[in-house]
Amino acid sequence: MMPKPSSLKILIADDETPARNRLRELLGDIPDVTVIGEARNGKEALELCSDSMPDLLLLDIRMPKMDGIEAAGHLQKFDPPPAIIFTTAYDSYAMQAFEIHAVDYLLKPIRLERLQTAIAKARALLPSQLAALKPLQPQRTHFSVIERGRVILVPVSDVIYLKAELKYLTVRTREREFLIEDSLVNIEQEFGERFLRLHRNCLAARDSILGYEKCPAGDGESHWVALLRDVPETLAVSRRQLHVLRGLASS
Amino acid sequence: MLSIKQNASIAMPLQTRPSAGLPDFRNLGVCLRILLLVNLMAAIAAALQSNSLTEAINRLTELSAFLQPVLLMSLLLLYGSNPVLARLPYRAGIVATVLLELALTNGVHMIASYLFAPDFSLSLGRALLITLVVTGIVLYYFDLRHRALSPAIIEARLQALQARIRPHFLFNSINAVLSLIRSHPKRAETALEDMADLFRVLMADNRDLVPLAQEIALSRQYLALEKLRLEERLNIIWQIDNMPPDALVPPLVLQPLLENAVYHGIEPLADGGDITINIYSNRDQVHLILTNPYNAQKDRTSGNKMAMTNIRERLALHFDAEAAMSSSQENDQYEVHIVIPYRQK
Repeated sequence: MMPKPSSLKILIADDETPARNRLRELLGDIPDVTVIGEARNGKEALELCSDSMPDLLLLDIRMPKMDGIEAAGHLQKFDPPPAIIFTTAYDSYAMQAFEIHAVDYLLKPIRLERLQTAIAKARALLPSQLAALKPLQPQRTHFSVIERGRVILVPVSDVIYLKAELKYLTVRTREREFLIEDSLVNIEQEFGERFLRLHRNCLAARDSILGYEKCPAGDGESHWVALLRDVPETLAVSRRQLHVLRGLASS
Repeated sequence: MLSIKQNASIAMPLQTRPSAGLPDFRNLGVCLRILLLVNLMAAIAAALQSNSLTEAINRLTELSAFLQPVLLMSLLLLYGSNPVLARLPYRAGIVATVLLELALTNGVHMIASYLFAPDFSLSLGRALLITLVVTGIVLYYFDLRHRALSPAIIEARLQALQARIRPHFLFNSINAVLSLIRSHPKRAETALEDMADLFRVLMADNRDLVPLAQEIALSRQYLALEKLRLEERLNIIWQIDNMPPDALVPPLVLQPLLENAVYHGIEPLADGGDITINIYSNRDQVHLILTNPYNAQKDRTSGNKMAMTNIRERLALHFDAEAAMSSSQENDQYEVHIVIPYRQK
């Protein structure tokens, strides 16, 4: 005898209550699915996912705090990543990208039959699909870190500096340090406005730099260090990046 | 959109051309244009008669002594007689205007000859001829301008259509109504009625000015629909106790701005915010001030200036230089300020 397929666990993420209600109503008409939670933005969706691993997310794209596309990126860290179906009222750019890369999406208002078909073939995003969605979401609002099986979100605005250490990056906030898998070059490209390159292995948030100080070095020469807001440590400014200081002095 | 444009181009030739008419001499833009045009002609005349810059300036000063009094008195006279002139048929209006100008020149010439008898050398015949030519050129200019703008007035209707409701809003609203049908059928009914009214206005002939009260009613219906989706995240503060409800405004002058405020201001905020609508009249002007929270970093969609450009163009078409629209950003608050002349039916 075939085992009865277990119920599919679904999480709904949409900032509008009527939109969530509508999806809940429709899902109520589909057998063998359970709505395990509702989130009002991408951040809440990730937090709920950490608590109760859903099989499938219905993710609205335009949401405050964290949009659906960024949330989808962070969701890849889960093992196994949940299946994702994007929902949107109208967004010609996103729809084009979804069509080209065969990403599942539903147009609001959503029809029951369309929802059923989409759920039947729902699957996790492939890394290539995720890479293709990146231009739609030029800047992340959070970095994500996996710690003891949970996804921890670090707001980009809390980051004071990032330092490259072998395979990982150390992300320093006021309270503590995190290790993320990323590259400085990548982050410099994504957040060129926010972070300043001080050294080959270091980026610092422009807002957090209080000033620069000259320190005598052992060989009789001296080098410059950056002083930071909220944390005691200083960051060395490399010879190559000294133009950063000159730029500051002239302005 | 395509089909709408095609229909319009077919409908265009059927439109009767707005009949020619004298310019509105009480419009600030018209007065400024007359001043500029006549002085420009004087400057050209002075330059043509002179060999050097100093000589040209001297000639222009001489010319101005006679020209400026005539010009300023003309403006006053035309301002005063505008209601009468406006009622005349176009040809009669032109004859009347020219006669007024000639009579005025004659009068000023008499006074000038009496006051500055030995130095004043301009003959009456020449003065009258110049007046005739200058008045002719000015009236011809306004006729050309009128012809150039007439198709634009017809097009204003189309432009209003282009300032159309975002698809984003349409589909989200339909979705919201769908969510109400099972649980709150009464509220779904009201929402659909609001939507019908909104689209009736959007698809109507939006060429003529409407009373402000009508635009406010439309805006309320629109906001009721947005409230359905956004609930307590959307808070509207109406400051319209000193609003003149009968003031005439271009249709859809407020609603597209509110839509921008909701889309770029409220939707990116998880906890929502306030939109303030402040409308009051001050002397002969009506002020419309719209304020909403705006944070460029939270708004992930690039700014859409289409609605603003569209409203600015329509204000210019209807009120020329007498209407103004400006926007400013301060402390996470975005403000749009529109000033229009207070006109009633």
